Amino acid sequence: MSWLLVLPIILPMIAAVIGFILRGNLAAQRIVSVTAALGLLGLSIALMAAVWQEGILAAQMGDWPAPFGITLVADHLSAVMVLITAIIGLATVVYAFGDVGDKAVAYGFHPLLHALLCGVCGAFLTGDLFNLYVWFEVMLIASFALLVLGGRRAQLDGAVKYVALNLIATILFLGGIGLLYGLTGTLNMADLHIRLQEVENQGLVTVVAVMFIVAFGIKSAVFPLFFWLPASYHTPKVAVSAIFSGLLTKVGVYALIRCFTLIFTGDVGYTHEILLWVAGLTMVTGVLGAAAQNELRRILSFHIVSQIGYMILGLALYTPLGIVGAVFYLVHHIIVKANLFFVSGVVNRIGGSFELKRLGDLYRYHPLIAVLFFIPAFSLAGFPPLSGFWAKFVLVQASIEAEGYVIAAVALAVGLLTIYSMTKIWLNAFWKARPAEAGPPPPPLTGAQRWFLLGPIAVLAAMTVTIGLFVEPFYQLAERSAEELLDPRPYVAAVLGDEGLARMTAVSLASGETDVLEVQE
Amino acid sequence: MEPIVAVLVGVLMAASVYLMLSRNLVRFVFGLVLISNAANLLIFAGGGLTRAAPPLIATGESLPDPGVANALPQALILTAIVISFGLLAFALVLAFRAYQELETVDTDAMRVAEPEESAAEPASKDRPL
Repeated sequence: MSWLLVLPIILPMIAAVIGFILRGNLAAQRIVSVTAALGLLGLSIALMAAVWQEGILAAQMGDWPAPFGITLVADHLSAVMVLITAIIGLATVVYAFGDVGDKAVAYGFHPLLHALLCGVCGAFLTGDLFNLYVWFEVMLIASFALLVLGGRRAQLDGAVKYVALNLIATILFLGGIGLLYGLTGTLNMADLHIRLQEVENQGLVTVVAVMFIVAFGIKSAVFPLFFWLPASYHTPKVAVSAIFSGLLTKVGVYALIRCFTLIFTGDVGYTHEILLWVAGLTMVTGVLGAAAQNELRRILSFHIVSQIGYMILGLALYTPLGIVGAVFYLVHHIIVKANLFFVSGVVNRIGGSFELKRLGDLYRYHPLIAVLFFIPAFSLAGFPPLSGFWAKFVLVQASIEAEGYVIAAVALAVGLLTIYSMTKIWLNAFWKARPAEAGPPPPPLTGAQRWFLLGPIAVLAAMTVTIGLFVEPFYQLAERSAEELLDPRPYVAAVLGDEGLARMTAVSLASGETDVLEVQE
Repeated sequence: MEPIVAVLVGVLMAASVYLMLSRNLVRFVFGLVLISNAANLLIFAGGGLTRAAPPLIATGESLPDPGVANALPQALILTAIVISFGLLAFALVLAFRAYQELETVDTDAMRVAEPEESAAEPASKDRPL
């Protein structure tokens, strides 16, 4: 069973290595890439099924017992994140066949992509903070290389800001890990959950918690720390922007959710209050930034920022319904956002530009693409019956239940402004007549390109509609994840065994008041 | 010993923040070198500084004798050093390539990806109803 936990990390790694060995042979590289992406999808489905049936899975690497060795854990949240990573990974590989040229493939696009997937899966599956740092680095190195692939001036410019901010985040994270180790003598997340309650100097724990908020906040591009994202995400190839927008910031959000439900639950009043403010401001600034932009991919980049706010909102509320909303939003957003970037690439192909001023008439000549844009765009804005409606609905309901009327109003208003940006794109790119100065549109897509470019878009759009129409199983999945996140006892039991669970109960009883039991009620 | 290392971490951190606030990309990279070393020292101090024996296990034993050093922080630092070395090498190459292409190391002057004119166009005229 432990193989199911290891393989989603190993398989992309092997694919990356083989890809680098086959550098010269472009066709072979592409075959390896798509095979590995399919394999990853199969593995992640198997993992999801196993977790769904058997609950949390844990594996000890090298048979070192839990707090000493590295643990890989998959609960429902991890499993669903790995699954969605595999789906987006496969979509990107297929899209890249139509989008990424031979030159970029010869420079190692596909192996780098798999290295990225390896890092992302590792980050989702690990149960150890230092190991999480290592996976973050694997992901970062691969993303740096993907970002500058091609070496255009704008890419280098964007990469400077991306690299600078992400390295600072990483070092802050490392510093936080160092302090945490000094406080508790362990870095296993389940073990930390127990030991942090025993630490006498709770003030210092809160300091470390804030360091983690800043570090993961930079990674997930929240309010004061987001400016690297709109500076860089619109510069690389479309396939690269799409997988970045889908996955990278979400790893930051995942890490925040994991840490602030499992590790730092001692001073919820303080840390989650910060998160609530951050969530509100992120939503507002992101959407206002998007309203001011006129370049397709930059509008979408600012919307990533705005949407991250919703996920943080769910975490900040720290109620069962709030966490359900955060998880649901996370999954819905990855699909929709990657898809919107894919569509923007097709718009650039058939319209000749990313600038709204230079586009037009797409609806008249390409109605299919217009529909394929319409679905994710209006799901992002939260129209029923698409997936975004349910995600927003749950979050707003959770805020109202928690008596956060202001934040609920903010969430709704931001939804309206999102509609504004999406209608702006729709009116300018699809509806209005093509401006004369834009010149004649480029030649239409060839047969093979059509399949490679539109195939993934259509599949992801179908998923958005499916989640919207048959929301029950997906909601159930989010609910199960939220239950596990709010009650860490099964997680601790899976990682540390019954002995750990007994220790945890003893610590909780000794400290008198316990967040675990409170949450249960 | 610990207070000295703690002060050293503080000094390195302060110096690196000073360097990283500069608009010059090269100074920023130097700041990055310093701050990653500061973080490594922080782990080292956090793991507890002891004047202890190396953690060697005698033949036939499964546990080391009491009073040996904690090997884990050192393993963590070793990993962190290797990783930050790779990242720094990349950052240096990137800074050099950016200088070649953009002909400046002033980060405020790097506006290719975000041209100023895009901010100049007001979007307030056509608000939704």
